[in-house]
Amino acid sequence: MSIARMKFSTVRFLAQAILLLFWSAMAVWASEPNGSSSYGTNIFAPASTPAKSIADLSVFVLVITGIIFVVVFALLVYSVVKVRGRATDAGREPAQVYGSTQIELAWTIIPILIVVVLFLATARVIHAVQDAPQPPGAVEVTAIGHQYWWEFRYPQLGVVTANELHIPVSDRANPTPTFLTLLSADTDHSFWIPELAGKTDLIPNHPNRMWMDPQRTGIFLGQCAQYCGVQHAKMLLRVSVDSPEDFAAWVRDQQQPAIQDGSAAAGRRVFESNACMNCHAVAGTPAYGRFGPDLTHLMSRATIAAGAAENAHKNLRLWVMDPSAIKPGSLMPAMKLSDADLDAVVSYMETLR
Amino acid sequence: MSSNAITIPDIEIQSRPWVDELHQWLTTVDHKRLGILYILSALLFLAIGGIEALIIRIQLMHSHSDFVSPEVFNRMFTMHGTTMIFFVAMPVLFGFANYLVPLMIGARDMAFPRLNAFSFWLSFLGALLLYFSFLGGSGLYGAGSAPDVGWWSYAPLGARAFSPGHSSDYWTLSLLVSGFGSIGTAINIIATILCSRCPGMKLNRMPLLVWLNLVMGGMVLIAITPLSAAQIMLLIDRYLGGHFFDTQAGGSAVLWMHFFWIFGHPEVYILIIPCFAFMSEIIPVFSRKPIFGYPVMVGATVCIAFVSMSVWAHHMFTIGMNSYANSFFTFTTMVVGIPTGIKIFNWIGTMWGGRIQFKTPMLFSIGFLFQFLIAGLTGIMLAASPFDWQLGLSYFVVAHFHYVIVGGILFALFAAFYYWYPKMTGRMLSERLGKWHFWLFLIGFHLCFDVMHIPGILGMPRRIYTYEPGRGWDTLNLIVTIGAFIQALAILVFLANLVISYFKGAPAGNDPWDAWTLEWSTSSPPPAYNFATVPTVASRRPLWDLKHPEDPDSRYE
Amino acid sequence: MSAVTTSFSNTATEWQLPSRGKVAMAGLIIAESAIFTIFVVAYLFYAGKSLTGPTPLEVLETPIFYTICLLSSSLTIHLAAKCLARGIEFAFLGFWLLTIALGGLFLYGTAQEWHRLIYEHGLTISTNLFGTTYYSLVGLHAFHVTAGLMMLVAVAVFGLSGRVGIKQSGPIEVLSMYWHFVDAVWVVVFTVVYVLGR
Repeated sequence: MSIARMKFSTVRFLAQAILLLFWSAMAVWASEPNGSSSYGTNIFAPASTPAKSIADLSVFVLVITGIIFVVVFALLVYSVVKVRGRATDAGREPAQVYGSTQIELAWTIIPILIVVVLFLATARVIHAVQDAPQPPGAVEVTAIGHQYWWEFRYPQLGVVTANELHIPVSDRANPTPTFLTLLSADTDHSFWIPELAGKTDLIPNHPNRMWMDPQRTGIFLGQCAQYCGVQHAKMLLRVSVDSPEDFAAWVRDQQQPAIQDGSAAAGRRVFESNACMNCHAVAGTPAYGRFGPDLTHLMSRATIAAGAAENAHKNLRLWVMDPSAIKPGSLMPAMKLSDADLDAVVSYMETLR
Repeated sequence: MSSNAITIPDIEIQSRPWVDELHQWLTTVDHKRLGILYILSALLFLAIGGIEALIIRIQLMHSHSDFVSPEVFNRMFTMHGTTMIFFVAMPVLFGFANYLVPLMIGARDMAFPRLNAFSFWLSFLGALLLYFSFLGGSGLYGAGSAPDVGWWSYAPLGARAFSPGHSSDYWTLSLLVSGFGSIGTAINIIATILCSRCPGMKLNRMPLLVWLNLVMGGMVLIAITPLSAAQIMLLIDRYLGGHFFDTQAGGSAVLWMHFFWIFGHPEVYILIIPCFAFMSEIIPVFSRKPIFGYPVMVGATVCIAFVSMSVWAHHMFTIGMNSYANSFFTFTTMVVGIPTGIKIFNWIGTMWGGRIQFKTPMLFSIGFLFQFLIAGLTGIMLAASPFDWQLGLSYFVVAHFHYVIVGGILFALFAAFYYWYPKMTGRMLSERLGKWHFWLFLIGFHLCFDVMHIPGILGMPRRIYTYEPGRGWDTLNLIVTIGAFIQALAILVFLANLVISYFKGAPAGNDPWDAWTLEWSTSSPPPAYNFATVPTVASRRPLWDLKHPEDPDSRYE
Repeated sequence: MSAVTTSFSNTATEWQLPSRGKVAMAGLIIAESAIFTIFVVAYLFYAGKSLTGPTPLEVLETPIFYTICLLSSSLTIHLAAKCLARGIEFAFLGFWLLTIALGGLFLYGTAQEWHRLIYEHGLTISTNLFGTTYYSLVGLHAFHVTAGLMMLVAVAVFGLSGRVGIKQSGPIEVLSMYWHFVDAVWVVVFTVVYVLGR
């Protein structure tokens, strides 16, 4: 049967049915975890209680809205396909029906009931996530959003780092969730690691709280979700969920002042005599600038410039030479160093493990 | 045409020089001409906003693309959003309201014709002001540049410290100016509907289009002004040293969000309600039945108008409101879905048992029903605030609102174009080109916006000029871009149809669709005075009564 | 192009619709109320939150006299409209001019207060949150009073040259609606700024 011969109504129905199948297939595909397992950002691959509560609620909501869709779609298709009369009936109009109070009542009351059910289910999750009590083993982190990088401070541990967060894995018997206080130094940002929690904004003069308790170790990715300026797109997040021992080791390393490596003395001189110190801090040295990321343990991080580039020699060199080559609009100016100074300072930075 | 038609003999009109014609158009106060001016201006900015969208889509086709710089990209999404909402959707809907409302209530013009003209030119000036920013914006690098703060211009990004230069002032001023134009139009619409109805047209006999535009007018009065107020505050901050949104002085960035969304949410209902109006006129005619449940449709719309004033903070679920506030807004947002759903059921009830004619207006109306249903359901998903903590600020939201605006509003607008173009020009649009337009646009729309939900689920935030490979977003974004181009092609078909049919379309006559409301009782296009004699009506479908004297509606109402 | 329209049977019935001027002014008042509401909300939200600078308690003096002036001007404009509706043009003009005088006095009082605040207490719109919200709210209201006064003066000019009679009582009613609105807003602003905000 060629398409031209089929009644329009049937064509329309088939088109919509194909669409329906296509979309269902997409939904199924989307709900599978990302191929490279621990590096996914799929909200339906939760690895932490808040994310899991949200995912469970979402499935419930999807099922209910799916049923509504199927029912109403069926009614729509039926009313379109079941066409009364043929072209020869041109003169006669169908029965002029003006309305029906019973039908109106029915399709008012049923939606009201659905809304009540959905609302109650949702309110439960809202309270469970937002009003969760903080257990004694929780790790406290203060996250401060900057234009185009993340500052992380662990107030009870005396650790200051940037862009890459390390938190301990939590287990239900002995929970060690991480509670974050979210602040901002400039505009609005949003902290979003889809597999660990819903997003919460960082707004100046408006501190926020959120928590996550990752149930497995691994790397979790995310990024800023609230448009904050030119380089909003490259304000990436990298969370490393460590075993308790690895986390303790990391904390110990981060608590140390900067490694004093004599071989990089020339580079250190370049660092301290140029404007670097005005923005960056290196613990144990005169550099204590707060405008830019803390560099004390720069080499413990996998990426630089908030995930914009891998932490490798060539990227470090390019970044210091001209940040706008990697992240145009970044607030770090090009330092215009000579090649010799540039190599020296990068060697120095590479000693900051 | 009924047998008691009055024919006014042909009057010799000497063809006027084009300068005179242009002058007539520029100085007109006739609601029909102003309506057409609004519509033409909207079509122009639809093309411009569409090009901005295509630039965005080309940039996002691949990860780490460098088709445009981040600065240009950020201007593109700001301008695209601002243009489409304020200089396409609002003008085109005001244009149809201007054209149709007086005709449908048997009036000769709007209540205040000169205010009408003034409001149009204010809104057009606002659009020109926004686009002048490309030349005059004096951005950071001393060159002109358009605003790049997003169409919400969140504080403190819009403050002088973070947006130096004048680019974002063009955003503020253009919306202030066109906002005042919108208020003028709303006052005019309300006064016309309440004060200029023809004898016999009681409020419960008005066509639904008139009712819904009355509700829309009321909403404009209450919703647009908060944005004007917030923008005045922003200007005070930027130029008089004020501290309304200055967080360093104790000001609140969240207050801007509240003010903006108190405008922003009712605004989207302001956009959709006139589209509900189109559907409520078109679906009955092409189903050959009256609208199912007229009083319920009016009641549901008034309900929507009120409830929609209480849902605004569902745009702010992620900003850290407490659990009680989040629960409240979740509840109201879900509640507003109820009267909306009722309307969908009533349209289906209208079609049920009817004799459906699959002309182009009806094709777009059926598309509207299907897509608006889906859009409403993704809206319910987003209403559940925990779900929104994941999906908010991501491409899922972008897909949702484009589903409403393109799949809902634009489809309804296309239906309205095909339905009323004959009345406005006296010629029918080509059905063949119309069907090409419909199917191309449908395929492009679904390819683009169905797929767009998925990157959101996979963690892709909005307003990013590029993204990392390996997150699973690459192929999906490519498909979305292809869908965007197919839609662009369909729009070209539509524009071609508009132009070709103007010269070559079949003559329409008064009433090509065998419809029932007063605009179809006069010629196509109507004379300047609309009606030879002011009509008197006795029911909701005066032309049905005339055509079916054995079974008039007035017997049942 | 021939114009063909269907003619309808005329039934002579009583068909009364509201006056378009009044409906339009009501619409404008609704829109303006929404603007003022936002400024009032900002004022209340920021009350007590200034980090520095003069506080309301320290610097504000309740403008009782000028408030009485403005509120009585509502009475005089109402009387003026009433007189005009009855055709007593002389009385209308008298009350109208009195309204303008009272409104002008109110503006003078506002200017005087601002002068004192700026030069004696150093409070400007950029001083602190209180300064910003105070000047913008009171200023927005004063702007609306000024706009109203300009329209009142225009009518006075027409009136003094004998062009305002009983036929113009409709538009005069509409204008007086606006003036009443401005007064009502002052009641709200007064309560928020001088009573609650301190």
